[in-house]
Amino acid sequence: MGNKQTTFTDEQLEAYQDCTFFTRKEVLRLHGRYRELAPHLVPLDFTNNPDIKVPLTLIVTMPELKENPFRDRIVETFSEDGHGNLSFNDFVDMFSALCETSPRELKTIYAFKIYDFNRDNFICKEDLRKTLNKLTKGELTPEEVTLVCDKAVEEADLDGDSKLSFSDFENMISKAPDFLSNFHIRI
Amino acid sequence: ERHRAKRRDGDREKKKRRKGRRRRASRAGEREDEKRAKNYQESEGRERDEEEQAQIKTGKTAKTKKNIKNEKTRKVEQEEGEAEERNAKGKKKHGSAKKEEKDEDGGKCLRPESLSPEELEKLKEAVDERKKLIQGLRGKPWSMKKKLVTLRESQEFVEKYEGALGKGKGRKLYAYKVMMAKKWMKFQRDFENFKTACIPWEMKIKEIESHFGSSVASYFIFLRWMYGINMILFGLTFGLVMVPEALMGRPYGSIPRKTVPRAEEASAMDFAVLWDFGGYAQYSVLFYGYYNNQRAIGWLKFRMPLSYFLVGVGTVAYSYMVVIRTMARNANESGVGDDNSFNFSWKTFTSWDYLIGNPETADNKFASITTSFKEAILEEQESRKDDNIHLTRFLRVLANFLVLCCLAGSGYLIYFVVRRSQKFALDGLDTHTWWERNEVNMVMSLLGMFCPMLFDVISALENYHPRVALQWQLGRIFALFLGNLYTFIIALMDEINLKREEEKIVKFNITTWEASLYNSTVSENSTGPPITIQPADVPRGPCWETMVGQEFVRLIISDTMTTYITLLIGDFLRAVLVRFLNYCWCWDLEAGFPSYSEFDVSGNVLGLIFNQGMIWMGAFYAPCLPALNVLRLHVSMYLQCWAVMCCNVPQERVFKASGSNNFYMAMLLVILFLSTLPAIYTIVTIPPSFDCGPFSGKKRMFDVIQETLESDFPAWFSKVFSSASNPGLVLPFILLMVLAIYYLQSTSKSYKEANVELKKKLQTSLLQLLMCPCQAKRGEQEEEQTSSAEGTDGPRGGQKSCITDCRATKEQQRVTTRPRR
Repeated sequence: MGNKQTTFTDEQLEAYQDCTFFTRKEVLRLHGRYRELAPHLVPLDFTNNPDIKVPLTLIVTMPELKENPFRDRIVETFSEDGHGNLSFNDFVDMFSALCETSPRELKTIYAFKIYDFNRDNFICKEDLRKTLNKLTKGELTPEEVTLVCDKAVEEADLDGDSKLSFSDFENMISKAPDFLSNFHIRI
Repeated sequence: ERHRAKRRDGDREKKKRRKGRRRRASRAGEREDEKRAKNYQESEGRERDEEEQAQIKTGKTAKTKKNIKNEKTRKVEQEEGEAEERNAKGKKKHGSAKKEEKDEDGGKCLRPESLSPEELEKLKEAVDERKKLIQGLRGKPWSMKKKLVTLRESQEFVEKYEGALGKGKGRKLYAYKVMMAKKWMKFQRDFENFKTACIPWEMKIKEIESHFGSSVASYFIFLRWMYGINMILFGLTFGLVMVPEALMGRPYGSIPRKTVPRAEEASAMDFAVLWDFGGYAQYSVLFYGYYNNQRAIGWLKFRMPLSYFLVGVGTVAYSYMVVIRTMARNANESGVGDDNSFNFSWKTFTSWDYLIGNPETADNKFASITTSFKEAILEEQESRKDDNIHLTRFLRVLANFLVLCCLAGSGYLIYFVVRRSQKFALDGLDTHTWWERNEVNMVMSLLGMFCPMLFDVISALENYHPRVALQWQLGRIFALFLGNLYTFIIALMDEINLKREEEKIVKFNITTWEASLYNSTVSENSTGPPITIQPADVPRGPCWETMVGQEFVRLIISDTMTTYITLLIGDFLRAVLVRFLNYCWCWDLEAGFPSYSEFDVSGNVLGLIFNQGMIWMGAFYAPCLPALNVLRLHVSMYLQCWAVMCCNVPQERVFKASGSNNFYMAMLLVILFLSTLPAIYTIVTIPPSFDCGPFSGKKRMFDVIQETLESDFPAWFSKVFSSASNPGLVLPFILLMVLAIYYLQSTSKSYKEANVELKKKLQTSLLQLLMCPCQAKRGEQEEEQTSSAEGTDGPRGGQKSCITDCRATKEQQRVTTRPRR
């Protein structure tokens, strides 16, 4: 109490603190970053919850996302309309889910959604192929790509439908030693 | 302010309730009394509708999560149903439609007196569930809008009914508790941030990580961790041993043990002597021999000998604790340890580092991921080849035989050299060249440098998979270092025995010398003043403990020097030559023979581990060792970081010795155990020197504990201790611990088996699900799983129709069975 900021009401800030892993200061800082992306579009005053959405093309210019091969998928996953236009709520939600204190289960759920390119709740071989090509920037030959996709599905698929459902994915990721440390964006 | 307003409302409601029910009761009362039975099914229907709508709308999801089918909840929903009519008024005052239902609703709050205890219980449960929901809201995979709405609803529910449940101050207590919990979380988070900000060399390691990958960086992370441990050891020895003696003990020159003997005084300041840790360096707080055996020193009455002993024990105990704790933590994180069953999946889904923001680093990462995939593919293909078994077996046996010969040879060489140095010492050190004086250390360091290379060449015979070959190599180097170290210690033991023999002679000589001194003074004047003899003139016993300390210090210094010189010559000079001679050489130096060196991770890690082993061995006799090691690690960090970035190239094929870090931790634990053994042996069996060190005059070093117990603690304490050390108590205790270990081991085995069983169950149940997806029970379970998996309300296509079918049948079953109750 006693702050001079007029961006959010205290109640809004409390609500954000309860719904994300951020502190009050961090939420205000995030608002600054959000506004930076489109200063003409995003108002300074959020007390009456304006319905503003920043488009995908502006969000992926952020330095934290710029070099990430999956940046488009990340932003699409957290957007409400599925096309990557983020409201401030979605923006905060995105960074909260990917922050360091976010738990493994939550990150697993969102990782699955990110890698599921066609959004059918399964990671099929086509999704894997796309993931691999983004990871290696097309340096692998098509035979190598096919081999890797086959091997990955063979390893993780438990129910034998030659695609990964969420439980397959979760089972595989739960034992991965690097997952938590790599699947983390610092803002 | 909203909270306060609600609280006010709550209070007002309670007062009104107490005063008169009829004032407000008109609609609510009628509903409750008359329509209870009639609205049975209506509310059921409404509940069901709401449950279904919850999947689609972002509304009353929180409510539907509870399966409380009691009258209270139904009443609440009834009232909210009618309150929805009064939307218009609410919208202007408050933010959202749903919220104001509750506010208006406040007037129609239920009266707790009208409820039976069971209903009160259920209400309490409902409130607790809401509270839990609020706590766990952050981790739910819902969209932010849904979370915010759920939060608001749950908070209002909790506030309304919690106040109704408990006394008035219950609400305040809850708010206070919540505030404290929040403050605590914030404090924790700030502390974590502070801690991470304190970690040194983070940027350096990140740079190395981005250029060379995680295996090279893991060496530096290990180095930094060792540095942390050594800092603590340094703190202990410096603060509790060296500083008290320096500040509060008798000063230099006051007693014989603290003074340079007359014979050595002339050369005491020479650099060569100081470099060898003789002269003034020897007679200082750096070594064991300087410490006085006075029981309590200074105005603090600091128990010096006790502190010395306890710090020695404490350093070992602390090291054990830290290593085991780190091992346990690593075991937890990596799950099943060295698991290769998800190799490709992990490479695909967890190899990209989301923290990378730098374009160059990103390029590096892409390249390294591609390389990693290519070599995994290669490994996969190679594993399908077979070869001639007999020839390889013969070659492997031959290779092991050669390695054993090498090890035996190096062990004998060290023993021979140590005996020779003893001979030299007897002749007097000045008559020999520098090489002969430092022979032992140089030989040990050179062996440590060249033998691993030899092992590497021999292992070419064996034709193992690179990871297996690396493990063999590490094992052999480990055996080499261990053998060398123990040969060194055995030779040292011989020297200690020699010194003890010498001590007896010196003791005898001193008594005769004192007697002669006394006689001479008595002959001069019978009542003369006491003799004042310069401490430097007193004949001194050989102090075997200081000798041991000195040997270790010299060994570590020479080891360090060797490492640095190898680094400069082997890496830096080589890189310079390759770079500049390449212009005028016949073949391409960079691609061909010498080329740039790669960073040898395993060799460096082993070197670090053995260095630490030597510190642990010698720290009791030379308190300066941890300080020296801190300095050494600090310099190593900067030097090696520079060398890696400047002279090394990334490895072409990256094979780690094991998936987890526990391999190196296990080695560290073994070394810790093996290096504390000799120290413990000497403490327990060999009596301390009679005229140097804090334990002089005692029969055994650990007698200081006995002495402290007797004199410093109350009488009953020592009685308790002596009865506790009774074999009758100790043996059952040991037996109990053995039983506990056995029990824990068997439970862990059973957990592992249960794990395997559950895995199998999972597979079979998933298979069954695919066969018959419309089994009602399984359908619901699957639905719960997937509804938690997808927080957003995307279309679910075919599965949804199946689920609603199942639900429809289930609903019918429920409705038909209901009236029977």
